[in-house]
Amino acid sequence: MMLIDCPYCGPRNETEFGYGGEAHVAYPEDPYALSDAKWAEFLFYRDNPKGDFAERWVHNGGCRKWFNAVRDTITYQFKATYPAGSPRPNVSGGSQ
Amino acid sequence: MADVQELRRSPLVNRTQEMEQASGSAVSIREVRFTTQVGLRAEPGTPGYVALATHLGGLPERVGDVVGDVDTTAVLWLSPDEFLAVNEPDSGLAETLTDVLGDHSGQVLELSANRAFIEISGPASELVLRKSCPLDLHPRTWKVNQAYATEIAQTPVILWKVNEFTWRIAPRTSFADHVVSWLLDAMLEFSHREV
Repeated sequence: MMLIDCPYCGPRNETEFGYGGEAHVAYPEDPYALSDAKWAEFLFYRDNPKGDFAERWVHNGGCRKWFNAVRDTITYQFKATYPAGSPRPNVSGGSQ
Repeated sequence: MADVQELRRSPLVNRTQEMEQASGSAVSIREVRFTTQVGLRAEPGTPGYVALATHLGGLPERVGDVVGDVDTTAVLWLSPDEFLAVNEPDSGLAETLTDVLGDHSGQVLELSANRAFIEISGPASELVLRKSCPLDLHPRTWKVNQAYATEIAQTPVILWKVNEFTWRIAPRTSFADHVVSWLLDAMLEFSHREV
């Protein structure tokens, strides 16, 4: 069982959490100005990096708050968790 | 007109006798009926938060914290901006807090029918709960008058340690029956005299 460090509740079992895709995807400033292709890109296109990835998670089994996490997609290691709305922290020791 | 209060039934009224029979000196179980539960939402630092905190003698600030206690009004931490106030039946707490909040941004919601409260007490109560709770229930981690949202009987509950040997378990009412069945089964081994 993986432990995920909720920024509000502390470390809890992974079964209490839900996944919410890539973090820091900003809503377009003027959605009406976008072409269909650009709009589809905003809605559906996501990074799929090998290594550190900033993601949204929700703590369903506790405080029910959304937060962000930097997770290594190779090792599954959670390098940092931080409240939604905060900038992505710099984490050192990234995978190769 | 019939008095509505006379007609209401608590979610575990059908299990009363079973719970009485299963209770012993090591561990006992009962339902705490018709507690008043009020959901509070207010962002810390806002005027609404300050108004509620002033009236209630503070609001819990971090996970596990409880302001007040089981004998008066207790406010449980649910998330940084969400709290659950609990006190005795028909206390009118929701009306009072609605007035306290006034026009400030925030929420006061009467949630008395949302959760059932099951009280499990006795020296073996921690051992019973340990069977199915993923959190560390040891007294060195879980102090008296702390409450956490967690899972018991594979059901989301709020678990509140009201004193050294007494815990209150608050599942949603529709899960209460299942949680009681689970606890009665877990209590079985403690109902016999020690050899």
